[in-house]
Amino acid sequence: MSKVDLSVVLAGVRLKNPIVVASGTFGFGREYGQFYDLSELGGICCKGLTLHRREGNPPPRIAETPMGILNSVGLQNPGVDAFIEYELPELRKHDLAVIANISGSTPEEYGIMCEKLSEAGVDMIEVNISCPNVKAGGLAYGTKPELAAEVTAVAKAHAGTVPVMVKLSPNVTDITEIARAVADAGADALSLINTLRGMRIDVNTRRPILKMNTGGLSGPAVLPVAVRMVWEVSCAVPGLPILGMGGVAKGEDAAQLMLAGASAVAVGTACFADPYAPVKVRDELAELAAEQGLARAADLTGGVRPW
Amino acid sequence: MPVQQRCTVVEMTPINPTTYWMVLEVGNMVEELGLRAGQFLHVACGEANLLRRPISVALAYPDEPEDTAALIFEVKGEGTRWLARRQVGDTVDVLGPLGNGFAVENGGRYLLVGGGIGTPPLLGYAEAFRQNAVAVLGFRSADRVILEERYREACKEVYLCTDDGSAGRHGFVDAQVRDILEKDKNFTAILACGPRPMLKSVAAVAAEFGVPCQVSMEERMACGVGACLGCAIQIADGTMKHVCKDGPVFDAGEVDWDV
Repeated sequence: MSKVDLSVVLAGVRLKNPIVVASGTFGFGREYGQFYDLSELGGICCKGLTLHRREGNPPPRIAETPMGILNSVGLQNPGVDAFIEYELPELRKHDLAVIANISGSTPEEYGIMCEKLSEAGVDMIEVNISCPNVKAGGLAYGTKPELAAEVTAVAKAHAGTVPVMVKLSPNVTDITEIARAVADAGADALSLINTLRGMRIDVNTRRPILKMNTGGLSGPAVLPVAVRMVWEVSCAVPGLPILGMGGVAKGEDAAQLMLAGASAVAVGTACFADPYAPVKVRDELAELAAEQGLARAADLTGGVRPW
Repeated sequence: MPVQQRCTVVEMTPINPTTYWMVLEVGNMVEELGLRAGQFLHVACGEANLLRRPISVALAYPDEPEDTAALIFEVKGEGTRWLARRQVGDTVDVLGPLGNGFAVENGGRYLLVGGGIGTPPLLGYAEAFRQNAVAVLGFRSADRVILEERYREACKEVYLCTDDGSAGRHGFVDAQVRDILEKDKNFTAILACGPRPMLKSVAAVAAEFGVPCQVSMEERMACGVGACLGCAIQIADGTMKHVCKDGPVFDAGEVDWDV
């Protein structure tokens, strides 16, 4: 089998392979970096940052569901300055794209964070307008097109030359409406999907498992939703690069998202079961591309043949 | 530094109707990676269960051809039910060593306080400190009692308590701990593991008598390595710590018991 060229380009950023790890599932790389060199990865979407340190939500924060998990972590993070001082230099010791993920409670906060991160020299900024687990900002920005556009425009205005990728929520009636609004506001790329809001109840205590009552669903259960939404968005805003994610655990899952229109794919929840999941997904994707006689993994992107 | 490893089951014994004693061959985790009692292994429990299950290590020994670790677990749901069906010779996918274990010093004198399925992680400390260890073991009822003989063989004194009085002293372990400390509080530390309300009561008694106390905590966990920030414990200063990375053993004084 001939060797497949795995490199892809996402919003002008070259990734040596299409596999990125998803924000919130991989910290800042330190933990899984104990298992393998982070340079194996195409990139990392870092744990979601806020302007100031956040302690997150009270526990329990995790509930297992059929082929998925609910979480209500609530953006626990050390704050953007601590990231720049302590985490970014560590990540820079490895050869992978560093994508900072940010959440703000006002458009101004997004702007301030973009300025700091652009100055610090991250490769891309992922603007989270879709966290289901925080009260202020978060999901509200991701469900209203005009607010999503406003945040995107502010981020773009403050990010300098660093590409801005906007992370979309699946918790909307029509994701293409938000995608178009964000594209029109100047986004360089889109990432989707964030988690789906869900709930699990202990029938004996009649209490929700999560202390916040509801949380965000991720894992293999959400893959078909992700594939559908990536496909819809890629049709609605052709030419705008997409980082696809949602339940990817195998090379075939990644290939589905790429065929649906993603230029690169993030692996998230699968890491919890298997720390090596991103590396395995990469290798399986390469094998699949080789079996199909493709010269480049990028040739999968948008290749779906809809009926 | 943790590793992912397939481990062979070399012993599988039910020790009460819902609790199993499972011994795994763990490669060189004990000798090379320092695996010890009170830490945990994150065990994959079949393809139908997405998340691994954190199981405390009761005993860990260097051995040939491989080191061994005893995990004692209670069947609580689908994952542990799957685990309970493993047989000698089967292999399980394990991440470890994970977590910290209790901080102990040679020559120390320890009061071990275990409740229910919280008794196993202290067993290694009972067998290490022997005549310098006193154990208080609490269970719901006589039919739930586990490991009593192992503790009696190891420790200087063992006090058994049950919630319903069907074996040992009628009542909770904190009352027994109080009686012990009233006569003798010359312990290096109390090491406690069990349900949160028990830990809270034991921590309160320890604080009253000025005896240092370490508690092993549980919380719903996903990654097990500190990446997902799922298994949070609220700390008295308002910050969060994580069972998998900062624990499972915490200083009782740093935990916010009032949340």
